[in-house]
Amino acid sequence: MLDSAKPKPALLEIKNLRIEATSYPPGEPPRKVVLVDDVSVSVEQGKVLGLIGESGAGKSTIGLSAMSFGRGGVQLSGGQVMLNGRDIRTAGPSDLRALRGREVTYVAQSAAAAFNPAKRLMEQVIETSLHHKLMSRAEAEARAVELFRKLGLPNPETFGTRYPHQVSGGQLQRAMTAMALCPKPDLVIFDEPTTALDVTTQIDVLVAIKAAIRDTGVAALYITHDLAVVAQVADHILVLRGGKKVEYGTTDQIINTPQQAYTQALVSVRSIDHIEKADAAPVLSVANITARYKGTTFDVLKNVTVDLPAGQTLAVVGESGSGKSTLARVITGLLPAAQGRITFAGRTLSPDLASRSKDDLRELQMIYQMADTAMNPRQTVGTIIGRPLEFYFGLKGAAKRARIQELLDEIEMGAGFIDRYPAELSGGQKQRVCIARALAAKPKLIICDEVTSALDPLVADGILKLLLSLQAREGVAYLFITHDLATVKAIADKIAVMYRGQVVRYGSKTDVLTPPFDDYTDLLLSSVPEMKLGWLEEVLASRKMESGGN
Amino acid sequence: MHPVIKLVVQRLALGLLLMLAVSALIFFGVEALPGDAAQAMLGQSATPEALANLREKMGLNEPMLWRYGHWLFGFMTGDMGVALTNGESIAKAVGGRLGNTLFLAFWAALISVPLAITLGLVAARYNGRWPDRLISGITLATISLPEFVAGYLVLYILAVKLHWFPAMSMVFPGMGVFERLSAIILPVIVLVMVVLAHMMRMTRAAILNVMQSAYIETAELKGLSPLTVIWRHAFPNAIAPVVNVVMLNLAYLVVGVVVVEVVFVYPGMGQYLVDHVTKRDLPVVQACGMIFAAVYIGLNIFADVVSILANPRLRHPK
Repeated sequence: MLDSAKPKPALLEIKNLRIEATSYPPGEPPRKVVLVDDVSVSVEQGKVLGLIGESGAGKSTIGLSAMSFGRGGVQLSGGQVMLNGRDIRTAGPSDLRALRGREVTYVAQSAAAAFNPAKRLMEQVIETSLHHKLMSRAEAEARAVELFRKLGLPNPETFGTRYPHQVSGGQLQRAMTAMALCPKPDLVIFDEPTTALDVTTQIDVLVAIKAAIRDTGVAALYITHDLAVVAQVADHILVLRGGKKVEYGTTDQIINTPQQAYTQALVSVRSIDHIEKADAAPVLSVANITARYKGTTFDVLKNVTVDLPAGQTLAVVGESGSGKSTLARVITGLLPAAQGRITFAGRTLSPDLASRSKDDLRELQMIYQMADTAMNPRQTVGTIIGRPLEFYFGLKGAAKRARIQELLDEIEMGAGFIDRYPAELSGGQKQRVCIARALAAKPKLIICDEVTSALDPLVADGILKLLLSLQAREGVAYLFITHDLATVKAIADKIAVMYRGQVVRYGSKTDVLTPPFDDYTDLLLSSVPEMKLGWLEEVLASRKMESGGN
Repeated sequence: MHPVIKLVVQRLALGLLLMLAVSALIFFGVEALPGDAAQAMLGQSATPEALANLREKMGLNEPMLWRYGHWLFGFMTGDMGVALTNGESIAKAVGGRLGNTLFLAFWAALISVPLAITLGLVAARYNGRWPDRLISGITLATISLPEFVAGYLVLYILAVKLHWFPAMSMVFPGMGVFERLSAIILPVIVLVMVVLAHMMRMTRAAILNVMQSAYIETAELKGLSPLTVIWRHAFPNAIAPVVNVVMLNLAYLVVGVVVVEVVFVYPGMGQYLVDHVTKRDLPVVQACGMIFAAVYIGLNIFADVVSILANPRLRHPK
C-alpha cells in the first residue's frame, strides 16, 4: 500500500441504483416495472454484506448487479455500480465477460441446478481460472483440491472426478463455493446458498462458507431471507423491502437494536405463543406402520406408532428423506402400508385409497407445500372451493355460493376473491385458498405437508395464526409435517421426531423439547439458527453428533 | 452388470424382435395380396396346369409358415431368392444398388448433418434476431418444396441453364470416385435441402430448451462467450434429442430417396424398388422392404444407444 493513512476505497460501491424490467401483461401494452429503486450500499475489501428481505425485495437482483447481470430482460436502468473504481453498469459485453469470473463470482441457491449435469465437477470448478488464463491447469486443479479440503468435502483428491448427480446437495453447495473461490475473485455473491438444504446440513455448509471467506480474505455479498443465518456471517446488513432500502447497519445493530418497524418484525418473527393442550382421546392412531415403495425391499417407514388427539396438532419433524411425507402418503392411502394399522375416528382405515368410504375421504383432507401446483390454474377460487361442497354435500347454486363466501371469510379473504384465478393471488393467499378447500369438506383431520415452507416468514406467520384460530373454532386436528423447528414450537401439541424412517422421539411438545435429548434430536434442535451473534461458534462447541456428512 | 450395458443389450434385443415382427408383416402382407408369384410370372392367360407345375417347382404349395421360415432363414444367410422378372439373384442386384444408395446417402449426410447442427447452434445463439430468422426462413422454404419440384428446379438451373453439372446421375461399376462424386452433386444438393430444416430446427429447439437451465447462467457468469456457453455447456445436454432427429433423417436418406433417385435416374435402391413394384416382382419388393426396415430400425437403435450413452446419470451411476 502506498499510503496506509488513506482510507481504502470500497471494492463495490452501488449508488442510487435503479433496476427495471419490462412486463408483458396479456392484452395490454408492455410496461416498465421498477424492481429496485434508489438503493445505495458499499462493500469494503474482505468484508461481508448481508442482503436480507422477503421474496420480491430485490435482493438477488441487487446481488447480480455487482456483475452487471440482469436475469431475463432485467435492466440496470439508473445509478452507478462502481467495482474496483470503475462503473460497470454501462460496460460493454466484452468488458463484462472479462470481469465476470475474474473479479466477481457467484454461488447460486440451487447448486444441483447450477452445475452442468454432463460435466465432471473438477472441469467446472477450474473452468473460470482456465478461461481467464489466471493459472495453469495443474495450478488450478491443485487449488481446487485445496479448496475441497478446506470446505470439508470427502476425499478432496478425487472429489472432482465425480459428476454432479453423484454427490449430495450439501456437497454440491460446497463445491459451488469452491468453484466461486477458485479464480481468487475480489468479491463472491452468495445467493441463498443454504436455503435449499436441510437444517442439519445447512449448519455445516454455513461453517464451511464462513471459514472459506475468513481464510481467503474475499469480500462477499450474502443474500438470504433468513436473518438468523445472515447474522452468523455478515459484518453489515442491508434490509430491503419491495426494492427499496429499509435499514442499513452493522450486524450487531440490526439484530439487537433494529430501528425500523419492518426490521423489528423480521427480528421478532415466529413469536406465536401456543400452549399445548392436555392429552385427549385420539382421532388418529397409527400403529406399527411399515411401508415400502413398490418393487423395492427397503422399508421407508419402520414400525411407526403415533397418536393424534382430536382437535390438536401433531408435528412430524425430520430432515428430507426421513419418511415424514411417506407417512402422510400412508395415512391418506396413496401408499398402502405393508404392515400395521391406522385407526381414524374410531374406525379402522383400509390401507388403500380406493376401498375407503366417502366419509373416510371427506374427513381426512390434505394441504400441500406448493399451493401453486395444488390448484387448477384455469379454475376460479369459487370453483376450487366449491368442488368439495358439491362432491361431498351436493350443494348447488346460491347455497353453494353462500358457503364459499363463508369459507372465504373464515380464511380472512373477502368475497371479492370468489371470481379470481390462482395467478391473481399472492403466495400466502393461494395457501389460504387451499386451506379453505380442505375446510369445505368439514374434515376431522387435515394433513399439512410443509405448508409454510415456500412462504416468506411474515406470510408464514399469518398462515400459522390462521390455522390455530381455525383449530380453536372448528376443532379440526392437524398432522403437521415440517422440517422447520420454529414452526413446530409455534403450533404443536405433540411432536414426533423422525430419522431414517423411524420415530426416534415422540411425546408432548414440552417432553420432546426438554433435555435430556437423544443424539439426533439434539443435533436437529441445535442446528436451527438462532438470531444472535456468535451462535454458530457456540453450537459447534456443544454438539453431540455429527450430521450425516452431507 | 453395468446398467448401461444392460440397457444397450435390451435395446439391441428389442431391435431384433422388432425386425422379426416387420419381417412377418412384410411376408404375410405380400402373401395376402391376390394371386401369387406363379400367377405373376405366367400372367392372366396361363393354363391351370402350367400354374400348378410352376407352383410345385417354386415350393408355393408348402405351408405358409414353412415358407416364411425358409424365406427368413435364406435372408439371414444372404440368399434373398431370385427376381421373377429376370431370374437373377436378388442379393447380387441389391448389393450394387444398395452400395449406390449408401454412397449418395453418405455424402448427403456428411454435408447436411454438420451444416444443420452448425446452423442450429448459430440460430440458437442469435435467437429471434436476423441470423435466426434468415436461417429458419431459408430452411423452412427448402423443406416446404416437394422433392420432385426441388429436384427439377435444381436440374433446370444448374444443369440445363448453367451447364455446371450433368443432369443425369448415371453411375456404373468401374467409375472413378471423382467422376462418381461429380455425378451425384445434384441429388446430394436436393437431399441436403430436404433433410436440413428438420435437423436444424431440432438442434435449435433443443439448445434453446437447455439454455433455460440454471447452469447456463452459471456459465455466463463465469465470463464465457455466448458461443462457448452454447458449445461447451448447452450442446452436451442437447445431444439426445438431436441424435434422434439426425438418425431419423439419415434413415430417410436411405429409404426415402425413391423420388430423388427417379428424378435423377440414379441407379439406387429406390429406382430398383419402383421398377419392380410396377412389374409386380414380389420377392424383390419383400427384399427391399426388409432392407429398408433394417436400416430404419438399425439407425434408430443406434440413436437410442447414443442417447443412453450421452446421459451421465446412466454412464456413471451413483
